[in-house]
Amino acid sequence: MSNYNLSHLKELEAEAIFIIREVAAQFENPVLLFSGGKDSIVCFHLAKKAFYPAKVPFPLMHVDTGHNFPETITFRDEAIAKSGVKLIIASVEDSIKQGRVAEEKGFNASRNKLQTTTLLDAIEENKFDCAMGGARRDEEKARAKERFFSHRDEFGQWDPKNQRPELWNIFNGKKQMGEHFRVFPISNWTEMDVWQYILAEKIEIPSIYFSHTRKCFVRDGIIMGKTDFVETRESEEIKDMIVRFRTIGDATCTGAVASSASTLEEIIEEVSSTRVTERGGRSDDKRSEAAMEDRKKEGYF
Amino acid sequence: MKNENNNIPHQPSTIEHNSYLDMDLLRFTTAGSVDDGKSTLIGRLLYDSKSIFEDQMEAIELASEKKGDERVNLALLTDGLRAEREQGITIDVAYRYFATPKRKFIIADTPGHIQYTRNMITGASTANLAIILVDARFGIVEQTCRHSFIASMLGIPHIVYCINKMDLVDFSEVTYEKIKNDLEDFSSKLETKDVRFIPISALLGDNVVNRSENMIWYQGSTLLHTLENVHIASDHNHIDCRFPVQSVIRPQSAEFPDYRGFAGRVAGGVFKKGDEILALPSGFTSKIAAIDTMDGELAEAFAPMSVTIRLEDEIDISRGDMIVRPNNKPESTQDIEAMMCWLGNSPMQMNGKYQLKHTSRDAKCVIKNINYKLNINTLHRMEDDKDIKMNDIARITIRTTVPLFVDKYARNRNTGSFVLIDEATNATVAACMVI
Repeated sequence: MSNYNLSHLKELEAEAIFIIREVAAQFENPVLLFSGGKDSIVCFHLAKKAFYPAKVPFPLMHVDTGHNFPETITFRDEAIAKSGVKLIIASVEDSIKQGRVAEEKGFNASRNKLQTTTLLDAIEENKFDCAMGGARRDEEKARAKERFFSHRDEFGQWDPKNQRPELWNIFNGKKQMGEHFRVFPISNWTEMDVWQYILAEKIEIPSIYFSHTRKCFVRDGIIMGKTDFVETRESEEIKDMIVRFRTIGDATCTGAVASSASTLEEIIEEVSSTRVTERGGRSDDKRSEAAMEDRKKEGYF
Repeated sequence: MKNENNNIPHQPSTIEHNSYLDMDLLRFTTAGSVDDGKSTLIGRLLYDSKSIFEDQMEAIELASEKKGDERVNLALLTDGLRAEREQGITIDVAYRYFATPKRKFIIADTPGHIQYTRNMITGASTANLAIILVDARFGIVEQTCRHSFIASMLGIPHIVYCINKMDLVDFSEVTYEKIKNDLEDFSSKLETKDVRFIPISALLGDNVVNRSENMIWYQGSTLLHTLENVHIASDHNHIDCRFPVQSVIRPQSAEFPDYRGFAGRVAGGVFKKGDEILALPSGFTSKIAAIDTMDGELAEAFAPMSVTIRLEDEIDISRGDMIVRPNNKPESTQDIEAMMCWLGNSPMQMNGKYQLKHTSRDAKCVIKNINYKLNINTLHRMEDDKDIKMNDIARITIRTTVPLFVDKYARNRNTGSFVLIDEATNATVAACMVI
């Protein structure tokens, strides 16, 4: 008799595919949030697997702060063009122009928090009843409490103390008019699982995940890429550094790590020996101990 | 129709030797009350297996200091919500992850107090293994019985009793043996077949990851060694073929003009190409033409794989239907007896109507009878108490609007479980297990 045992990656893949298929079956107008970061790339890959040989039956949406690393946008546009799936771009820049949100000021100004308004507006405008995303429970302690199917009220708010119990593999996506769901198919994956899966499946990712030389400066112990969107202080020296990014967010709040890892195997080696969490370089999480919980309650992803 | 994709279904051989592809996944739950050392144990497992990162450690050191704790409070690692940190209690299930070279682990960390029974049941519903903590100073207490019963009722195949705080009883073998004997007596009444015992000190780390030097009389495995080696391949049912259909895949593209496949996750048994199948509820039969994935065709599919099944004949199947074998059918019934844990904020309505979700099938049901309510500390059956509130466990009889295709929960956790949903609030209000 053969061994009826799945590897952990195969089991995680089967779980994620099941969730994505449930979303397509239970919701009328779902969307997959796609930033061009590795987690959303993996989600998109899983969505293709879930419906093969049919096309992915929902569009992708990028909540675009306008503060991107150019490599990510190039990658995003090429990946979308290849797949033939529709990409909706919800622009924070437009939200600012329409006066929906006000730009933060000062040296640590970021559009990260502003994304929430843009996202909620886009969900309402496009009448999406479910937004899928690549958030993982291992990223942050408030996310560790998140359900696969996470209910949002008509204001897009998350109520962490009153979440629906989620048992077995039964997912309750029932809702009232105007409410929506956030669904996280790779909730149970860790950073390591994502990298191992990218390697095993030979999934293409943006070049900035691999080691490269970039003009950087150091702020509060975090290496920041020099872009047009970040104002630097006089004391902050800009120099060429050999870095890579562990996570891709808004360029104003995503730190790089000094690294010479230029292949997936080397990245996996690096991730397995690293002593700092992936989001350790995200200054948006460092604003307070409950920074993520507070943003999530308001509707952040 | 021929599958156009020529890829072989398995991983390319170049990466097959990589050890992480052989790792499997163990989901376990930890139940315990305030002060029994549960959070310390999880902290210890994460810390000693080097799964806590420096910035996490710094953050909890800082937070412990702020709160005026003497030691670094490892519980702060697991209590993710502001309210939990403020009150120093675990309210909701938190999921934690760590891996050793052998296995990846998912911990469902659940609160143990009786008022959070529903959270414990949520965590237990997907677990392969339960760790139940017993304070060496007190032995079996009410909550030990409750946690054991829940683990057994939820069909967790392996229970590990950790007799904790051995440092406070001078690492006494006699004390351990006494508690172990009591637990053996008690657990023989449970459904769970694989029951183990380990004397530990979560605080000092004895027998958690590293072997205890204080208890050389203990010859068994450490907790981590047990977690790494417990046999989980047979935790899934590989006998009774059950394939609840999630959706129908119809590309209607130039490349696949007539493709019609049934997408779903195998809930039991092993499906093979060429197998005769029966579709429920229609009763039509056909043969499996192919088991498809994007990586190519598979020769067989087993739980918990997500695949797409194509049949030789065009028969009517849609979401909520189930593909099974003609000689091994689940029970098709509208009258179901089940053990139920009430999860809702408002009490259960006798003769009330509820939405029901079972595998991929939706129905409505009415609660016909409450056979008894269970005191989960004493397992005493209360036949006259029909008042079912949050966290109560009862045996009920329901009638559904359409037949469900069920197995006994003890036989199959996927096809033996369902939830009830309040029609007004859409909240999930009950977790049910078919008897």
